[in-house]
Parts: sequence; C-alpha cells; structure tokens
Amino acid sequence: MLTAAATLALIAAVVGGLLWLADRRVPQRSADPVHRIEALLPRIQCGQCGFAGCLAYAKAIADGGAAINLCPPGGQETVDQLAILLGRERLALDEHRGSASLAQIALIDEAVCIGCNLCLRACPVDAIIGAPQFMHTVIADECTGCELCLAPCPVDCISMRPRLSEANA
Amino acid sequence: MEFRVTPAPHREPRTSITKTMRRVLLALIPAAIAYVAFFGWGLVINIVIGGCVALAAEAACLRLRRYPVGIHLRDGSALVTTVLLAFAMPPLAPWWLMTIGVLIAIVLAKQVYGGLGLNPFNPAMVAYVALLVSFPLQMTTWLPPMIGDLDYPHLGFLATLEYSLFGRLPPGLTLDAITGATPLDMLKTGLGGMQTIAEIRVSPLFGDFGGRGWEWINSFIGLGGLYLLYAGVIRWQIPTAMLGTLFGVATLMYVIDPSRFPSPVFHLFTGAAILGAFFIATDPVSGATTDRGRLIFGAGVGLLTYVIRTWGGYPDGVSFAVLLMNLCVPLIDRFTHPRVYGTKL
Amino acid sequence: MKEVRQVQVDRRLARGLRLNAHKTMSTTAPIDTSLRPKRLIVGVKQQLGAPGEILVATGDRVRAGQKTVAAGEPPSAAMHAPLDGTVSAIEDRALPTGLGKAIVIEVDAVPGETVSSPPGYLDVTLLREAGIVGLGGAVFPTGDKVTYADHCPTLLINGAECEPYISCDDMLIRERAASIARGSVCLMELCDAHECIIAIESDKPEAFWAMTGALHELDDNRLSLAEVPTVYPAGGERQLIQVLTGLEVPVGSYPPELGYLCQNVATAAAVDDLVRTGVPLTHRVVTVTGEGVAQPRNVWAPIGTPIADLIAHCGGYTGDVARLIMGGSMMGLALPSDTIAITKATNCIVVETAEEIRGDFSERPCIRCGDCAYVCPATLLPQELYRHTVSHNWEQLEALHLNECIECGCCDVVCPSHILLTEHFRVAKRGARVHAEEVRRAERAADRFSEHERRLEAQLVAQRAQHETLKATARNPLDRAAALEAAKQRAAAKRGAPSES
Repeated sequence: MLTAAATLALIAAVVGGLLWLADRRVPQRSADPVHRIEALLPRIQCGQCGFAGCLAYAKAIADGGAAINLCPPGGQETVDQLAILLGRERLALDEHRGSASLAQIALIDEAVCIGCNLCLRACPVDAIIGAPQFMHTVIADECTGCELCLAPCPVDCISMRPRLSEANA
Repeated sequence: MEFRVTPAPHREPRTSITKTMRRVLLALIPAAIAYVAFFGWGLVINIVIGGCVALAAEAACLRLRRYPVGIHLRDGSALVTTVLLAFAMPPLAPWWLMTIGVLIAIVLAKQVYGGLGLNPFNPAMVAYVALLVSFPLQMTTWLPPMIGDLDYPHLGFLATLEYSLFGRLPPGLTLDAITGATPLDMLKTGLGGMQTIAEIRVSPLFGDFGGRGWEWINSFIGLGGLYLLYAGVIRWQIPTAMLGTLFGVATLMYVIDPSRFPSPVFHLFTGAAILGAFFIATDPVSGATTDRGRLIFGAGVGLLTYVIRTWGGYPDGVSFAVLLMNLCVPLIDRFTHPRVYGTKL
Repeated sequence: MKEVRQVQVDRRLARGLRLNAHKTMSTTAPIDTSLRPKRLIVGVKQQLGAPGEILVATGDRVRAGQKTVAAGEPPSAAMHAPLDGTVSAIEDRALPTGLGKAIVIEVDAVPGETVSSPPGYLDVTLLREAGIVGLGGAVFPTGDKVTYADHCPTLLINGAECEPYISCDDMLIRERAASIARGSVCLMELCDAHECIIAIESDKPEAFWAMTGALHELDDNRLSLAEVPTVYPAGGERQLIQVLTGLEVPVGSYPPELGYLCQNVATAAAVDDLVRTGVPLTHRVVTVTGEGVAQPRNVWAPIGTPIADLIAHCGGYTGDVARLIMGGSMMGLALPSDTIAITKATNCIVVETAEEIRGDFSERPCIRCGDCAYVCPATLLPQELYRHTVSHNWEQLEALHLNECIECGCCDVVCPSHILLTEHFRVAKRGARVHAEEVRRAERAADRFSEHERRLEAQLVAQRAQHETLKATARNPLDRAAALEAAKQRAAAKRGAPSES
C-alpha cells in the first residue's frame, strides 16, 4: 500500500516536472483570450463595431457581450477566424456597419481645408498633422483608412482614395 | 496567335503516383511467385478477394466524400495496401478475414483520416494488427512450406479456394493435419519451454539461415526492394537503418548467449523483416520525410522489431514496430529539418 | 607562352537535376547578325532599380546608340536607341513583366553610318551611362554591382548556362571568347580583383576550347578556367559559388561577402564592346528555339525587337504552336502574345508545340515521398512548405525559410503528385510579404491609437485642472480681491521699473 502510494507520487512528480520543463522551454502562444482575439482583428481602430477601438471590441467579444461579425475592415475572413478561435457559430459579416478598409487612404483637399483642427482629434492614430489655421495633411503610411475623419470635417474636404500598393508606389 | 500561359517550370513531371505504385507491385512479383511455390495459391486468392473489396471500399468512400472516384481510384494505392496485407496474412485464410482486414485498412486507417497522403499510420499494418489481436487463431494458422522432405499434405488451387470461400477441406483432411507453426512461432514456444536454439533448429522447418521457404521468399522480396532503390521509388535510409539496427542488436545478443538468442542472419531472413524494411516502413505517407528522420525512423523500427520478437507476446514484431514509429513521425520530422542553404543551424 | 590555368572542380551540385537540355538544336548555326526589325518597342524600365528621365519626345529622330532614358537613382542604368529611326510614340505597352512605359521607334530602312569612338577610359559612371546590366537574367546594373563589390578579390565570370534550351552564352563564348576575356580583365580592374575565374559547364566543350584558346592568346595569369559539372541549377550565382568553393552565401547577404563578384559572360562581352568602340548596350544574343520554330538559332537582336519579328527571322512558326516562353523551360515566363518585345533580360525564346506541353495533370494529394527535398538545391523541405502554404501558416513558412526558395522548379519536375510546388511557393512568398506588412501596420496602428487615447486623456485632465483652478479662484471673493491687488502691484512695478533704472 505504502509502496504503491509512493510509486504513484514519484511518477506524478516526475511527469509534473517534465511538463513544467516543457512548458518553460516551448514558446507558448499568448493564453490571454483578449490578446488572441485582438491579434485576429485588423486593428485599424475605425470603431465601426461600435466600440472605442479594436482592443475594446476584443474585450467585449471575450466577455461574450459582442457579436463576432461587427468588423467590416476584417471582412468575412476575420469573422471566420474568430468563429474558429472561439468555437462560436459562423455568422455572416454585418455589412451595414461601414466601409473602412486598409486598402484606402484619406486625402485632404488642401485648397478647401480651413485648418479647423477637428479631424486631428478624430484621427485614432494621429495620422493627420496640422495646427489651427494651418492646412492639414495626412501621413500616408500611418493612415489606416478608418474614415473617422470624414464626418467631423465642416467643409467636406477629406476624401478616401485607394492606397497604392508597394509595387505601384 | 493564342499562347497558353502556365506557371514555370514548363516541364512535364517525370513520374506519377500511379507509376510509383505500379513499380511497387512489379517489385513484388518474383516474391509472389516464390510464395505461391512454397505456400500454395492462398496468396493469389487473398489478393483477388482483397483487391476487389479494396477497390469497392475506396470507391464508396470517395463517393461519400464527393471526390472524383476515377482519378483517385487509378492511383493504385489501394491495391498496394491489399498486396502488402496479403503478404502478411496466412496463406490459408477464410474470405472474411481478408475482407475485414482490407475494410479496416481502406476505411478506418486511410479514408477516415482524409484519404491518400493524410493517414498517420500504415494502413496495411493497422489492418494486420487489428486482425492479429481479434482473430489470433486464424491469423496464426500457417502452412508448412512445400518442400520435398516435409511430409505434409498440400492443397491445390481449387481446394484452397473452397476452403477460403466455404471453409470446407477435402475429405479425410483436418486443419491440424495440413497446418503448422511458423519458424518464429516455434522459436517462441520452444524458448518458452526452456529449449535452446540449437535444439529448436533441429526441426525440419528451419533452413540454413532462416525458416525454410522463407529464406527464398525473403531473398526475392529483398531483390524487389533493391529494384525499388534503383528505380528511385524508395531511398536507402529506412531499409539500411532498419536492417542495420536489427542486425546489430541481434549480433550483440547472439554474442552474449547463442543458445537463447538466434543468429542475426536468422532474424533478417525470417518473418517480415525484409518486407518491412523495403516495402512497409518505406511507406512515404506514414513514415518520416527528412533524410535524418528516416534514419531515426528505420533504426527505431529495427530496434522495436527485435525487442517485440524477443521479449514480446507475439512472434513477429514488424507491424507493431512500424505503427509505434508512425506515432513518433511528427516529432522526428520536426527535429530533423536539414540546414537550409546559407543558414546557420 | 604559358599554360592556361584551370581551376579543378572536384565537387558537383549535391542536389538539383540532370535535365534533357534541348540545346543542340540551336547551336548548329552561328549567331545570326542580320536581323533588322521595322519597329522597336523599348521598355523604359529594363533593369533592377528605377529608370531616370526620358530624354526623347514623340517625333524625334534618334541615332543608333543615342541615349533615350537617363540613369536614375542608383542602382540604375541608362537606355539607348538600338537603331536609327524615329520615335513614333511613348506610351504604355505590354512588356514581359506587365504593362509599362515604352519608347516605340520606327526604324529607318537604310542604316546610317556608325562611328566608332572609344571612350579611352572605363569607370562605374560610364557603365551606368552605357546602360550595361547583368545579362544573365537578373539585370542588376553592372556599374552599381561593381561599386557595391569594391575590392572584391575574385571575379567570377558565369558561363554555366544550366537551363534547358538556352544556348546564347554558349554561342557567345564560342564566337567571342577573346572579347569576353578582355571584358573580364576590364571588370577585374574596376573592382580591384586579384583573379578571375571563368566557369563553363561541362556540356559545352566547344565553348570551353574556344575560351582556352582565347586565354592562351591573352596570356594573363590572373585569369583561369573552371569546368563545372552539368547539373541544373549550377548556373545560379549562389549554386555556382557552392560548386566552385564549397561555401554557401549566407542568407540575406550577397556573394561579395565571400569575396566573389559574379558577372555573366555576355556582360563581360558588352563591357569589351563599350571599351573598344564606345557602343552602349543596345543588342544582345537571344536564343530562338523549340520544336515550334522552323530554324532554331541564336540571333544578335536589337533590344526592343518584337518576338514575332524574331520568330519570323528564324523561319517562322512550324507545327501546332501552343506556348511561348521567354527564358528557359524551368524558370522562364510563358507569354500570352508574340507582340511583346524583348528586353535586356531576354536570353531565350522557346516556342513549344502542343505535343510537348505538360498535359492536363491534375494535382494529387502529397504523399510526402520527399523526392522534392532530395533535389532542392537550397536544401529546403518543399513537402513541408507545401503543407504550410495550403494552410497559410506564415510563422511556420518563415521558420522553414520559404524565402530561400530560388524558384528553380526542380521539385515540380520530380513530384509524383504533379503539385505545382514552385507556383505555390511564389504565391506564398507574396502572401507572406503582404501578411508581414499587415501585421506591422496593425501593430503600429494599435500603438498609435493607445498613444492617441493617452494624449486626449492628458489634455482632458489638464483642461479640467485649469478649469478647477479658475473656478476655485472665482468662488472666493477674498482671494479675488487679493489677486486683483497683486496684479495691480505687478503692473505698477512694471510701469515704474523703467523710470527707476
């Protein structure tokens, strides 16, 4: 009886130790569900899901409070990946939320811009530079195509243009 | 003028799965002839029954999976599996034994995993092991070889077919009268009964270096294996590593105690060692795929074969050894990636 | 006279393939120099690196050798008009690499007089201005390559033309070995090399003997010859160095790191032409071959010749023509039309008939036979890469070094499952690049967003604090009075201060 218990304890200790070693040595993917969900999102921070940024949306999904099909820039592909990751039902993308996409870029018509500063606050990634009463311009490489600057502009001087791919640039 | 636009390289592929499988079957023909000469027509009957069942089962599975049946059936992999299983089966077997075996191989071991290329275990060996543990009596009922000085009655083609289909033997014969143990069986029982190797080998079933009859069949299988090597169907790593390890370990034990451990040559030329080395362990789908990985894989099969033969509960161990090593393949492959040009290890 | 030095090559390419070369059909006739097409379509960007300004306009008369496009930011090289004629258009045309700007030249019926004017010197700028680029296929501007490889001890002249069908370098060596040797000496002096190895594959004995003769005559013991065993793709820069030296060019760096500068034999010949006659790079040898061409041969063709003119010059099409390949049959590009014109990179045009073409081989499942790994010159595991390309597993693809695939096509040829491995890898390389870019952007956007949030938050906090202070002072009348008094005093002090001083 004592021998059996001791043997089992020894086996448990050895195997446990091995597992612990393996856990230390093998690089783990992040176990944090929020982080893994966020990694699947396109992270362009457009807010079209109705949450303040992609991290907030990821948290909402992880809490179970949000549907997985609210991200238009991610497209159906992101919805599918989320469904697989979370084991949820595969939904169709909610296409009415907007058209933000990495494939586009904001362009300010500098002849029309009045330097009102409103778009600067709206831009989630600070990709617009300018100062009050000075013309604004978009840093092309930082713009994520989120369209959040369109609505605040009082003179409608911002338009979305297709982004030139690396090959064309 | 219209020109076809295709991606480079613009060359015809040199070979195909069908050609590869055809070569494997071709390589087994001399051994099959020897097999029939020593053990009667049972092999041919098993192949025919198994072949029909295999093709039907494969077609049905492909149909269910909505795959184009014609193209996939034509690759010949189902036939190769059948023939390898038939080589491992006893020559005198009822039809349902082969049928069950082939169904297990094609449906359970192959199609369930996604068909050709995706089965983690060697289908023929899965089927063989399943039969061996389920129907031990039928699977160990072997015929003695047809050699002049062995006084056993032998069955002709029709008698064998009748036994296979209806289980009837010619009048005046009993199963016990025409069947016997395999040399490996006899070795196992004898050693269990505290006999020495020398005493066991007095039996007329043992030849110069292996089981009688088996020596020849295995030589022809080896010849077929060399053809496969020459034709580039298999690479040298797995056969060399497997036979080398088996030979090495057997030599070591033989040197330690020749009365209890048979000679290394006996180990090579009896049972399924050579068939396993050239035709079974070299199955590309379930085996290791890197060069170093194949050496490890082959060595593992050889070592396990010896261990199971010597200390295990079954006389031969190739099938178990191959399946056990199949389990290790993902790990072996992962740790044996070759160094890529221009990179450091 | 001294013996010609030979470098003993006791090594062969460990992997790779022996292929049916199809070369003899185009090496029976000498190089044909009589081609003079009616119209040239000269692509503006023909080398690696950006082109410069276009120097001609529609309607301009151009002379042979006149510069039409200036060299741009390095790496770059200039372009020239190959023949006398008139610029009829500068517009987007179909080029081998896709739609691009091209200068269309209507060639004069009668050639004008050519004047030879040797420059009398050679430097890197001259190479750039003369439009000389690597003619082996990569078209890297030679001037810039030499600049990057300054003080490289060994110059390697690559005559190991390993791809099937192509024989332009073979014929060039046979006919102009002396010129190649002289050009090699010029290149050696440009990059301060101590020695030069001219590597020729063993299946080109005529070329080897021609070069031996040329070196004998030149009598320069810095130059030596190497006979490389014929295994495809031994002519690849990295593979050739491996065969000659046993060394591997480290990932992410170039041969000069190991002390080798590689140049193609045709590039060396072009350098010699430039030095002796001042003629820039306007022509090159193009192999026109395949079962679908009546008289296969090598042609000295002006850059910009439409492929249809080249084929017509070689007797036109014959048989059931089905495919047109620019380059060799392993790495070449299948073109949709023969109206496309050749560029500086075009070493070969193969016309295949319907009987020769890869039939309708459907892709079968991979059986992990490993034959692809057995022939991969980069020692990759194509069977594993393929698995991950199908599942878009970018991390694993990177770990397995997908980017080291040289797209030689060996794995395709041996695959029993007829999987288009090379094409899968090409697509996956692009996919991996796009994916990496997307991840970079996403992470950057997320970082900037959190920074943005923090900034707005800080602004809000500051505003609130200011507001609070104002409110607090506003509410307390005593403080207000005191503040007012203090302000008055400060003002008085300020007013009083200048008068006191």
